[in-house]
Amino acid sequence: MIYEKPRFLPGGDRAVFVEFGDTIDPELNHLVRRLMLTIQKAKLPELVEIVPTYRSLLVHYDPRLIRPEKMRAKLEILAEKTDAGEFPAPKVTEIPTAYGDEYGHDLDFIAKYSGLSSEEVIRLHASKAYLIYMLGFIPGFAYLGRVPPRIATPRLPTPRAKILAGSVGIAGNQTGIYPAESPGGWQLIGRTPIELFRPDKEPPALLQMGNYVKFVQINAEEFNSIREKVVRGTYRVKETSLMRENDGGGI
Amino acid sequence: MAEVFEVVQPGSLTTVQDRGRFGYQQYGVPASGAMDSYALMVANLLVGNDEGDACLEITVLGPRLRILGDTLVATTGADLSPALNNNPLPMWEAVKVYSGDTISFGHPKRGCRSYLSVAGGIDVPEVMGSRSTYVRSCLGGLEGRPLRSGDRLRSGETCVEISARKLPSQYIPEYQSENELRVILGPQDDYFTERGIQTFLHSEYRVSVQADRMGYRLEGLPIEHKAGAGIISDGVPFGAVQVPGDGLPIILLADRQTTGGYVKIATVSSIDLCKLAQAKPGDGVRFLQVTKEEACQLLIKYNRKIDALKQYI
Repeated sequence: MIYEKPRFLPGGDRAVFVEFGDTIDPELNHLVRRLMLTIQKAKLPELVEIVPTYRSLLVHYDPRLIRPEKMRAKLEILAEKTDAGEFPAPKVTEIPTAYGDEYGHDLDFIAKYSGLSSEEVIRLHASKAYLIYMLGFIPGFAYLGRVPPRIATPRLPTPRAKILAGSVGIAGNQTGIYPAESPGGWQLIGRTPIELFRPDKEPPALLQMGNYVKFVQINAEEFNSIREKVVRGTYRVKETSLMRENDGGGI
Repeated sequence: MAEVFEVVQPGSLTTVQDRGRFGYQQYGVPASGAMDSYALMVANLLVGNDEGDACLEITVLGPRLRILGDTLVATTGADLSPALNNNPLPMWEAVKVYSGDTISFGHPKRGCRSYLSVAGGIDVPEVMGSRSTYVRSCLGGLEGRPLRSGDRLRSGETCVEISARKLPSQYIPEYQSENELRVILGPQDDYFTERGIQTFLHSEYRVSVQADRMGYRLEGLPIEHKAGAGIISDGVPFGAVQVPGDGLPIILLADRQTTGGYVKIATVSSIDLCKLAQAKPGDGVRFLQVTKEEACQLLIKYNRKIDALKQYI
């Protein structure tokens, strides 16, 4: 549900939540992105940082510079601004992905679970642009959605102790990419040779909330050649601009 | 910039920490930084640094360090029996040390985390605007990891010649094994039954052995949810009290994940987080509800105390 008015919830003595609703919903997520960009544009001197998620923003501020009720009043005014037209159109980042076999150990399980062939699962997974709802869990991990209903698959009953960097997984109706080696419980469908998180870059994460991701199937040979370019620093990530905001609306 | 410390023995967990990494939680990067921000600030001020500079955060069993160049150091926070050349090293004051000296730590007496500052601050490369170590993702600090034997650390530039300074005793905190933490209810206190809220506010919890920089899991009476512990993930403030399905609270701290999918009943007042950072497994924790306005007044009072303290050192 999207609330009629955003709710302001306490996050201790130096942060406040601005919550727009309580579901995973692209429209709700657009409200979060819009307020995030509005706050950034306003350049509030007391702002420390913003943590945007599916349905809310956690706004950290410096309590020495502003009292909580004043901060809330400022955010209320910004949340009412609806001049969304000035914001940049979301970007679509292409993620080259090798599917199945050694790249995605759970592709066969997903196929069996869905009653589809492996090829059909891949085709569906790579068939659309996914909205980046938020980043979290580990640095650079993006929660993407929603996958076509037929390939939605529950998490593994027991998480794996080690998942390789670049692994692409499905959990329920979401999909995501592990930026670094990590434990995890998502069903692995494939792997990308590109880097999702570089602490020495600004911004360090390749993907940012509110933008989109499109998976593009590659074979083992292409995987290796892209990987080589990534290591040499010559690989260029393909990005396009989402022409119509509603392109993602069907997800 | 000169080499200042050689690590002879690293201790149980010694990391480089500064005030923390800000602005990167939106990319999933935890804030990290000193668990006890007060002890970090005082350690820095005593040796003439900026209050948020990088220090060594020393956990329970401290390291053995050889001094590689004449400088000024200070230890604050937990009393882990610091020594200079095997004689007790006074805490909460700046002490001049010389090349060839040895700083070591002994029996942990009070508290859990000690801070060792050096004039000029510990100089490791800044990663995303901070020198803090986040071990889980191998970020910041010295190669993203705790110190090891044989490591050599450098200090930053110091521009001022400073005399030894001492913190007046009224500013030295006394760490207790029973702690009262003031909390502001929310953001999801409405996910708990009235009985659940009463349990949270009126029973006593103990810090479990699962207590680290990421969070402290507590033991005690389970807190009753109305209907389940899951929410659509949202952000997690420093000191958020999360209550997963088993009803036992977890206080999320410096290395917490940036987002979480369990309900949060309250947030600990930022002043009291310094007390909590010094609590050890087995120590007691009670929660005391304060209103937003009371929390605001507490902060104003605290900041006045800090301003007064800065007059002395």
